Amino acid sequence: MDIAIDTSKSRYQVDKNGYYGRFGGAYVPEMLFPNVDELQRKYMEVLSDPTFQQEFEALLRDYVGRPSPLYFAKRLSEKYKAKIFLKREDLNHTGAHKVNNTIGQILLAKRLGKKRIIAETGAGQHGVATATVCALMGMECVVYMGSIDIERQAPNVSRMKMLGATVVAATSGSQTLKDATNEAIRDWINNPVDTHYILGTAAGPHPYPDMVARLQSVISEEIRKQLLEKTGSELPDYVVACIGGGSNAAGAFFHYLDEEEVKLVAVEAGGKGVHSGHSAATTQLGKIGIIHAAKTLLMQTEDGQITEPYSISAGLDYPGIGPMHAHLYETGRAMFLDATDDEALAAAYELCKLEGIIPAMESAHALAKLKDLPFNPDDVVVVCLSGRGDKDLNTYIRHMNK
Amino acid sequence: MQNRIDQLFAAKQTGVLNIYCTAGYPELNDTLPVMTALQQYGADLIELGIPFSDPLADGPVIQDSGTQALKNGMSLHKLFEQLEGFRERIHVPVILMGYFNPVLVYGVEAFVKKCAEVGVDGVILPDLPKAEYEAEYKPVFEKYNVCLVFLVTPETSDERIRQLDSLSRGFLYAVSSSSTTGKDKDMSHQQAYFERLQQLKLKNPVLIGFGIKDKATFDTACRYTNGAIIGTAFIKALGEGKDIDSTVRTFIGAIKN
Repeated sequence: MDIAIDTSKSRYQVDKNGYYGRFGGAYVPEMLFPNVDELQRKYMEVLSDPTFQQEFEALLRDYVGRPSPLYFAKRLSEKYKAKIFLKREDLNHTGAHKVNNTIGQILLAKRLGKKRIIAETGAGQHGVATATVCALMGMECVVYMGSIDIERQAPNVSRMKMLGATVVAATSGSQTLKDATNEAIRDWINNPVDTHYILGTAAGPHPYPDMVARLQSVISEEIRKQLLEKTGSELPDYVVACIGGGSNAAGAFFHYLDEEEVKLVAVEAGGKGVHSGHSAATTQLGKIGIIHAAKTLLMQTEDGQITEPYSISAGLDYPGIGPMHAHLYETGRAMFLDATDDEALAAAYELCKLEGIIPAMESAHALAKLKDLPFNPDDVVVVCLSGRGDKDLNTYIRHMNK
Repeated sequence: MQNRIDQLFAAKQTGVLNIYCTAGYPELNDTLPVMTALQQYGADLIELGIPFSDPLADGPVIQDSGTQALKNGMSLHKLFEQLEGFRERIHVPVILMGYFNPVLVYGVEAFVKKCAEVGVDGVILPDLPKAEYEAEYKPVFEKYNVCLVFLVTPETSDERIRQLDSLSRGFLYAVSSSSTTGKDKDMSHQQAYFERLQQLKLKNPVLIGFGIKDKATFDTACRYTNGAIIGTAFIKALGEGKDIDSTVRTFIGAIKN
């Protein structure tokens, strides 16, 4: 397993101070310093430990069901005139890529002697993945979720409760992912000794962006092996992933960051249109700022107040992006596009019709940009299908009947 | 060159009362009337909160006051407008407390310069890390003679307390327990921490904050340090009180007498 790979020579990986270019860092109040400092000092030591890697690999294989297939989508390929592969993270246990990270972090938390787990969730995928590993390890689990998301992702709320987690509604601000993250951080401030915060995306203070990216890098590690078998080359022409905070994109890009001939495409939630006032397209609408203790690109007012984002998908409804992605945007290493709600819905229905797969609303954003990329017929394209769409059925049904 | 915070502690070693209020709360133009009343009824120091949309270290009461202030139209620009000329009426030291993002967006040097121009003596930025301050911003604060006050908590190691004390100017803000503001944690458990702070013989005066809400908790804090900071309890009183003058008079009266 390559999660402890030496990335110190890379232009796109975190530096020793926790920065990606000018983005990153750990802008935490002193109340959180000991927790974050402990993680910074210990995470690489734990990730490098062979016993950790064995345990992590075994659980990914036997519990999550990895490797997830790399599926050649024949009819989708015909339609878009390129060789399109779907990395089937939707087939993981719990239905999304999120579980890769929560398995890793729960093993880390145990090694750090923590007794209690907290997490934030938007779509509920990370909440379910966290509740799942807490049940598996017999740990107490509290998941913070925006009250609007609790309404629109009801099946995942029930799943978390059934798995034994306490779901706490975040009622401040836009009552979505940003506010759930605020509440989780506040909980951590109030419980500094025995609690580990399993952050679900490649954002937050250093070392989270790097730690989450490493735990998710199993995605690109597998893609390389699987592509070699299927096409004779480890390197595709494109890797396409949706991005809210950016954990599935970080995982899909990780082992390709320094392969400059591989084009990396990150698709943000355009919402009702980038300039409609109802969007989460951070690279277009944001500027440098600090959210959840990281310096990154952030949607905010001229006065530095964080703007309330909007997306039909609760998992992309976030006013920032992880610092790795901000750096990929600024250096031009990755291309950032946006897909509107309508484009994502259309892409979801299309995948159902052509391939018999109902994608998560988040993943549908990545699929929505296949129509806009300038493919050659021989181009090999990998789309990270980050999760399955069961949780979004209510939204899909509502729009199907329109 | 001494600023007003240094002058205060030179003149008064114990029982320093610092009261926190949110700028633009309860009403947009209440900032100056609240500060005026605080001075009149005996606050030694005023900590003025810059409202922020996502205040990580605040409990619900202070967070709600910030949300209300933002709704009222408060902004950093507006606040500096309100503070223009305030030194003609208010002589106690004033500290701005806020999260780093609005300051970063305003421009750190522009912000510190403006603080010095209007007569703000110090700044608390809980999420500005020590390393970033040392590497990038310390010379700016020194150039304009504006104090930056650091926080320490019961979980902060002795070594780090010393480091933060050596960087801090004005005073050191000792968070009473590891929590967000306004948590009702029992201060009696913090005795060992307060004694540890005493024994470290720090260069700065120390004020205890978080969990100070009445005469009893204020007096406890003052037994160990130079004084204390009251935030949540005062914001609550302001939100519930009839008029600013009588609210502040009653609130401070109950603590000092």
